[in-house]
Amino acid sequence: MKTQFVALRTPVIAMGVALAITAVLLLLAGADVLAAFGVLLGGALTTPSRISDMLMLLAPLLLCAVGLTTSFAAGQYNLGIEGQMTVGGVAAMWWLRGYQDGSPVILYWIGAVLCGMLMGAVWALLVALLKRYMHVSEIFAGLGFNFVALGLALYLVFGPWKRPGVASMSGTEPLADALWLPTLTGTRLTLVSPILAIVMLVIVWRLIRHTHWGLQVRACGLSALASVRMGVPATRRTFEAMALCGACAGMAGALQIIGVYHSLVPNVASGIGLMGLLVALLVRADVRWVALVAFFFAIITSGSIQLPLALSIDSSISGVLQGLIVLAIIVARARRGEEAA
Amino acid sequence: MHVSIQQLNKSFGSVRANQDITIAFAAGQIHGILGENGAGKSTLMKLLSGVYKPDSGQIFINDQAVTLGTPRLAVQIGIGMVGQDPLDVPVFDVLENIACGLQMPNDADIRQQIIHWSTTLGFPLQPDQRMRDLTVGQRQQVEIVRLLIAGSDVLILDEPTTGITAAQVAALFAALKTIVATGKTVLFVTHKLDEIVALCDTVTVLRAGQLVGTQLAMPISKEAMLTAMFGEFLTHPQVPANPISTDAPRWQLHDTLLHDTTFVLGPLNLSLPKGMIIGLAGLEGSGQRVFMHHLAGTAHPDRGHVHFNGQPLMRANPLVAWLPADRLHEGIIGAMSFSEHVLLMRDSLLAPHQTAHTKAAQLIEDYAIKATPDMPLQQLSGGNQQRAMLALIPESAQGILLEHPTRGLDTVSAMAIWQRLQVRRDNGATVLFFSADLSEVMQYSDAVLVFFGGQVSHLLARDSLSEEVLAALIGGVGFAEVSA
Repeated sequence: MKTQFVALRTPVIAMGVALAITAVLLLLAGADVLAAFGVLLGGALTTPSRISDMLMLLAPLLLCAVGLTTSFAAGQYNLGIEGQMTVGGVAAMWWLRGYQDGSPVILYWIGAVLCGMLMGAVWALLVALLKRYMHVSEIFAGLGFNFVALGLALYLVFGPWKRPGVASMSGTEPLADALWLPTLTGTRLTLVSPILAIVMLVIVWRLIRHTHWGLQVRACGLSALASVRMGVPATRRTFEAMALCGACAGMAGALQIIGVYHSLVPNVASGIGLMGLLVALLVRADVRWVALVAFFFAIITSGSIQLPLALSIDSSISGVLQGLIVLAIIVARARRGEEAA
Repeated sequence: MHVSIQQLNKSFGSVRANQDITIAFAAGQIHGILGENGAGKSTLMKLLSGVYKPDSGQIFINDQAVTLGTPRLAVQIGIGMVGQDPLDVPVFDVLENIACGLQMPNDADIRQQIIHWSTTLGFPLQPDQRMRDLTVGQRQQVEIVRLLIAGSDVLILDEPTTGITAAQVAALFAALKTIVATGKTVLFVTHKLDEIVALCDTVTVLRAGQLVGTQLAMPISKEAMLTAMFGEFLTHPQVPANPISTDAPRWQLHDTLLHDTTFVLGPLNLSLPKGMIIGLAGLEGSGQRVFMHHLAGTAHPDRGHVHFNGQPLMRANPLVAWLPADRLHEGIIGAMSFSEHVLLMRDSLLAPHQTAHTKAAQLIEDYAIKATPDMPLQQLSGGNQQRAMLALIPESAQGILLEHPTRGLDTVSAMAIWQRLQVRRDNGATVLFFSADLSEVMQYSDAVLVFFGGQVSHLLARDSLSEEVLAALIGGVGFAEVSA
């Protein structure tokens, strides 16, 4: 118990520092600090529709963060997560475009999610291949492929898949109503996304922490040379971890298409992957904390949307707060001289 | 500069690495620091060079209490340490490496000082050489020159003679004597008695984190030093050599050309039999490492194949265990525990933690490793890490490749390790090792391969050799007659 307390002390102090700096910024902006924090931390939970909006953000965020903890465990900084989410959406749309009235909808849903996962995994594997065989840093390769993915989505939205007569950033022709995932009455929320996110969380948690595969992945991340020496198939494990991460992101992209946008929009990822990176940076390879941190980030982000209306404060303060928290934790860890494990 | 220490303490978890150390080092002398593995030598030196901060106690420079804090601060105060592994920037040249840590970046001035110190100390260094083209011994020389230019009055050298050639050892010793003649102080950490006798003015012995007796002025008999180190002394039993067997070979190379980025070895025609311990003898960097990489299957020949048990070796083979010298970088995973390593080397989908834990505890006891199953291996001393690597060799291993198997280990630990390797040999494994220590090669090998000039000798029976003959062969004298 004592060690757990010590392990928690640093994050708590870091959070305090981040909140304090944010408070100072709010003061400088002439805002009512307490009211602003009230909206940030509680605003997302006041009405059913706000809770549902928060959960709609949480589901893809959780999927990305869960995927990223896998790639982090393998020592890969997968900054290509946004691109993997985008191509997941593209692949899902490609599958759904084959739908004709009267076809079994469930097959299209499952197919779209599987296509998204597959395409996300392929997109991540391209990065892993470039790193392994061409010695390109996965950070740069991933960022590069983000632009390629965005380009692909833009091309499809404005080219082959454009609405008859109009090409617009608002996306392709909407899906047939039957293909829209059912939502809870009175909200835009579909329960499928959060449920799948939690299923993936549990699967990945078990894989990383309780299987030989996970041990090998972590070994590769900590020391590729030593793990190869001890007979760990390091290249394979790294590829598998990257593919799993890409599949999670691709699933998130596909679910955004069938559950939220109902058409292919260029900005499928909309920064959720990057927020997932922040979550993964905070929890590193420790999957246990992913849900809590992602939940917290989703609350702040959703809550901040009300700031301009309620208090005339720009909603970007939520990003500032999240960034400060991550920064404070990383500084705290560095001061303790911890390994990036 | 006169360095003294009062009541210094340092613990890592429950391990008291240094206990109540009180000692003074006079200026203008070479002070030997002697002790077996994990005796606390490296910890003490890291405390003195600002790498660690003491839990309690004081360090005095010229009777002035100082807080060293960081290596940079220590260097500014005048204490510089040459570590076991030289840390430098491989793509930099000598000048850049020396200049990057200095506060007065005047290239012409530094260049002149490099030439001055190299000449004074007899080091063949050029300011424009790339670090990555230098041997470990030369990189160590750069490090010494760097610290001198930075103004160090106290030089600490931690096991400086491991992995460097005999000529470089001689040059180092001469240089250290020149350095102390100018009034500077040298602290020389070693576990080799010969070096203390040949070099040092005083000797300080550490055992289990404590100072044994007081500082002794040389000459001291080796027996007295050994007694201080261990409290007991074990004699070396003469190990009989196994004859070269003619069974189907473990490894076979036929007209095989080996290489790494800068080095070509061969073409080689060799058969390495089962059930033997084979020593690889040669100057540092004569291709032993390249050879081992190919035998491990982690590097691939330019031409021909390496056969293992009659099959071409295409990738790392689970039957071949390879123990690299760079333990924390290539050997083990510092952040993982011994239990996790045991698990890692097993092949099962679900990881049964409890059995791994039991197995780990058993191995820790068998191999006398000072650790608990759940302690990250980076917290262990070098010798204990080495024992951990040995303990992790699977029972099924038929080929065992070791780089410097007893480097940095005390005599008792080294003997214990060799006994285990001999058991492996008797069970049919072929053990290959290279060591900078010729007497180790002569004592434990059944047969020897000599590396010289990009070639390898045929397998030479140990009993046909003497240390003198081997030394000559390594230098190339008579090598043509034994070359394969």
